[in-house]
Amino acid sequence: MMQQTELNQIHRDADGKMVDFAGWDMPLHYGSQRDEHHFVRQDAGMFDVSHMTVIDLRGKAVRRFLRHLLANDVLRLKAPGKALYSCMLREDGGVIDDLIVYFIDEQYYRMVVNAGTTEKDVAWIESRLVDGIDMRVRDDLAMLAIQGPNARQKAMQAMSEEMAWIADEIAVFVGAFCDDWFIARTGYTGEDGFEITLPETEVADFWSALVRESVKPCGLGARDTLRLEAGMNLYGMDMDESTSPLESGLGRTVAWEPAERGFIGREALEQQEAKGVERRFAGILLEDKGVMRAHQKVLTTEGHGELTSGGFSPTLNRSIGFARIPKGDSVACDVEVRGKRLKARIVKLPFVRNGKICIEL
Amino acid sequence: MSEIPADLRYSKSHEWVRAEGDLVIVGITDHAQAALGDMVYVETPETGDRLKAEEACAVVESVKAASDIYSPTSGEIVDSNSNLVDNPELVNDDPYGDGWIFQMRTDNASALEELMDAEAYETFCEEE
Repeated sequence: MMQQTELNQIHRDADGKMVDFAGWDMPLHYGSQRDEHHFVRQDAGMFDVSHMTVIDLRGKAVRRFLRHLLANDVLRLKAPGKALYSCMLREDGGVIDDLIVYFIDEQYYRMVVNAGTTEKDVAWIESRLVDGIDMRVRDDLAMLAIQGPNARQKAMQAMSEEMAWIADEIAVFVGAFCDDWFIARTGYTGEDGFEITLPETEVADFWSALVRESVKPCGLGARDTLRLEAGMNLYGMDMDESTSPLESGLGRTVAWEPAERGFIGREALEQQEAKGVERRFAGILLEDKGVMRAHQKVLTTEGHGELTSGGFSPTLNRSIGFARIPKGDSVACDVEVRGKRLKARIVKLPFVRNGKICIEL
Repeated sequence: MSEIPADLRYSKSHEWVRAEGDLVIVGITDHAQAALGDMVYVETPETGDRLKAEEACAVVESVKAASDIYSPTSGEIVDSNSNLVDNPELVNDDPYGDGWIFQMRTDNASALEELMDAEAYETFCEEE
């Protein structure tokens, strides 16, 4: 039996094409994945991301605990509500999950982790939990991502006046509580917007209010092409327990300083760093016609690598992807697509940010 | 419910076939295009290609995945739809018209009789 979010019937009534995503029955699209993609880039779209898991950690020891648990350093979070992206690593440097952690106050942090990894994440955290920390998996909460250049304005129109007043003040990569709603200015599309965590008993009404403000329901298909254009990694595709953040384009999310902070996986990453990381992670733009897909072979003058994600970019009208390839300076490469060698180019990520194309076509 | 024109023949791999004598036009069905989602790329066969029945000869790529298109019969490609190069969405918008994929001259016209008619294809889609 697949798990369902509170909005399952609403998705079905809206002609959502439902698929199994990590054991959850979720909408892939509601008619046209491409239209939904453009809507987010140009106006405002919304995603039901209630399958993701909110974990609240409270207690006197919580900051010290998270500084040990995560590769990024929560000490960087000074202002209440501030968010931090981090990997959670195994001792050998493999990535257990990537997540967002919010600093609510000295004794309260909120983490949002992936749906497919929730069980192992919770088990991992529990096995390392120390006295003085209360961990709660918040399966009473729903989560919506409202994204696009007009997303904040439209979302605020769907809120009470008091809540909109609070939401309007929220800075980029910060979240704030309004009663039991948590409104964060974060996302996974490369556009401005909110990710809102709220009691699941209230999510259907808010979804309807957003529909009335002409925010377009979007499925996981558009979410994937949007994050790909935005150069954002997807756990399980671009990194997993067999790869380190240093070869997944996530080196900048590992906080080396201060040197005495002994986070889980640090020693392994230091050894990799000392030995030299042999593979780099880069964007790939297909010059020829066709569509690249994950796991296809990438051939460079330094050797060959593999696409970790690939697909079609509606904004660029070209195929794009991410690849793990041998270290080097080569720009031109070939990609083996269905038995043919196609011309492609290695580019710096992201491809698109805030509606603008960031690379030369 | 997807559209299934009564005057066409259908394969189990969801191609439709319009036959006039030994000339055969092939595309994918409305049911297939809806299942695949927005088309982003179509690779058509070359004129002059000789095909066996059920041979993979074209590719449609949607936002989701790539799918092979199979030749419904043996014969030679005489034309393919060049409009699809820049407008792959024609396959979604008009699967039985402007979204046709290729035309072939069959050397075994009687084999087409073995394809499903509209009624049989409808049942096939329901059971699948």
